[in-house]
Amino acid sequence: MNNGFSILVIDDEVQIRKLLEISLEANDYKVSFAVNGKEGITMAASHQPDLILLDLGLPDEDGQRILVKLREWYQNPIIILTVKSAEEEIVKALDNGANDYLTKPFRTQELLARMRTALRKNTIQNVEPITSFGNVSIDLTSRIVKVNNEILKLTATEYTLLILLFKNDGRVLTHQYILKEIWGQSYSEQTQYLRVFVAQLRKKIEEDPNRPKYIITESGVGYRFNTS
Amino acid sequence: MDKLFKKSSVNPYLISFLSVGIVSLLCLLIRDKIDYRIVGYLLLVVVSILAIFLEIKPVLLAAILSALALDYLFINPYYTLHIDSAEDAFLLIMFFIIALINAVLTNKFRIMQKAIHIKETRANTLKLYNTLLDSLSHELRTPIAAILGSIDTLQQKNVNLSSETQQKLHNEIEKASMKLNYQVENLLNMSRLESGYMQPKLDWCDIKEIIYNVCNRLSEETKDHKIIYLIDENLPLFKLDYGLMEQIIYNLIYNCSQHTPKGAKIEINAKYDVDVDFDSHIDLIKKCVITISDDGYGFPNDEIDRAFDKFYRFKNSKTGGTGLGLSIVKGFVEAQNGTINLKNNENGGATFELIFNVECLSINSLKNE
Repeated sequence: MNNGFSILVIDDEVQIRKLLEISLEANDYKVSFAVNGKEGITMAASHQPDLILLDLGLPDEDGQRILVKLREWYQNPIIILTVKSAEEEIVKALDNGANDYLTKPFRTQELLARMRTALRKNTIQNVEPITSFGNVSIDLTSRIVKVNNEILKLTATEYTLLILLFKNDGRVLTHQYILKEIWGQSYSEQTQYLRVFVAQLRKKIEEDPNRPKYIITESGVGYRFNTS
Repeated sequence: MDKLFKKSSVNPYLISFLSVGIVSLLCLLIRDKIDYRIVGYLLLVVVSILAIFLEIKPVLLAAILSALALDYLFINPYYTLHIDSAEDAFLLIMFFIIALINAVLTNKFRIMQKAIHIKETRANTLKLYNTLLDSLSHELRTPIAAILGSIDTLQQKNVNLSSETQQKLHNEIEKASMKLNYQVENLLNMSRLESGYMQPKLDWCDIKEIIYNVCNRLSEETKDHKIIYLIDENLPLFKLDYGLMEQIIYNLIYNCSQHTPKGAKIEINAKYDVDVDFDSHIDLIKKCVITISDDGYGFPNDEIDRAFDKFYRFKNSKTGGTGLGLSIVKGFVEAQNGTINLKNNENGGATFELIFNVECLSINSLKNE
């Protein structure tokens, strides 16, 4: 069902490798392993995997450096595994070209979902002009958003924000990235705008803005749009 | 006091020298009016006082100096170390011996006191350590036992488990793992606080979002509780640390959920007080007040003051706990210059009140940009 995508896991902990081997192979992925950064880079070059799971805390080299080295030539998705309460590390890794992150301890279902999203994004380049999810439908050509078949009044900024999130469905976007994309470079630290506009947008598109289904907060990192 | 001298970094030998010198000179001015034995006593007092504050060596110096001063300036013949009468010689020797004994005894006494103090500190540390080990081993072992037990049952070969039972055991494993994770998380947070490395990362926080986010994450733990949200719709954004605020609210609500009976109400209230500084009209400092109260059993009145103490567990607590959760809350609140209060409600249950005096930003001011 996963077309036998090949996955490279770079992690020094044997228990995590064992767990990933079992759960990924059970889901029809072909898995190979590297136990440190050096081996990881060699294997990425020789195996050309469809996706890399990279642990940031490796014994031989700083995970961020390995990520940067990989990104010099490796185009496919990289998902990083990291310890909790390391928001700055996560943001840095996303800036360095990681597609997504998971904090340890993570749930296998969550990992599989993230991998599917990353692999899907990698194969489908174009977004359909008219899409709907849940009770929301978006028409990109006429810039119309409907909730429960009623046209939604959105300000220009709200619309741009929604489309940016929507086009990156399933991916985490950092605060800085969103701010730069929508308000411009000089606003990259002005998180107050983001907080306010996300709250407003939630009020308009979420059934229960206090228990959002579409715009998910990634604490200390950013937001993730979720239509599945 | 001896710390005081050390801190002021005045040379203790200089202090000895000056004290003996000044007293001797003062006595010299009235040498004709007083008996030299009085001077002897006075100098003895000086040496004794020095012995209280200084280490042994400077005190010995003071003893020698004062004996010399007594002989040279006050015992006939003056301005020579020579002594005429055997009586005076005897007096001088006695003076010197008493001064020495004084110095040595005081020093010995001080060493003993230090030893007792060290012993007491060690005993306290050991006690704390034991309490920690006690509660930790309990809090960590219980979920581990649940996990191992469930797995053993699932693996039993000659027993047919219904799929419902299997599901229950899997749920137990999941719950126990989450509990284990929570405790480890608390331990890590505690060590972060202890290391003094804590640097809050202040950013605009939507308190309402944080509260709902945390409660959604705790939906499993609070499924038998009734959560009432009383959050001001116009609550501005506050400049606080998002991650710390999440952990604070998480621990408080988790705590409520663990220590109140099923069906208990948990009321979460967030409001702001205009505590205005009218001069600056953009970034007003306002008071953000978050209260979390329940209608459970409340805290035992004689122990409520110790609720935030590290590793403190209430004497009759049935639900256990490491005594870490609330002390982390306090640490995180104070790291953001906030205050936390806890009191029992008149009609049962308890209320935690968090107050932050921080920069805030009205949401309406940003909406139309």
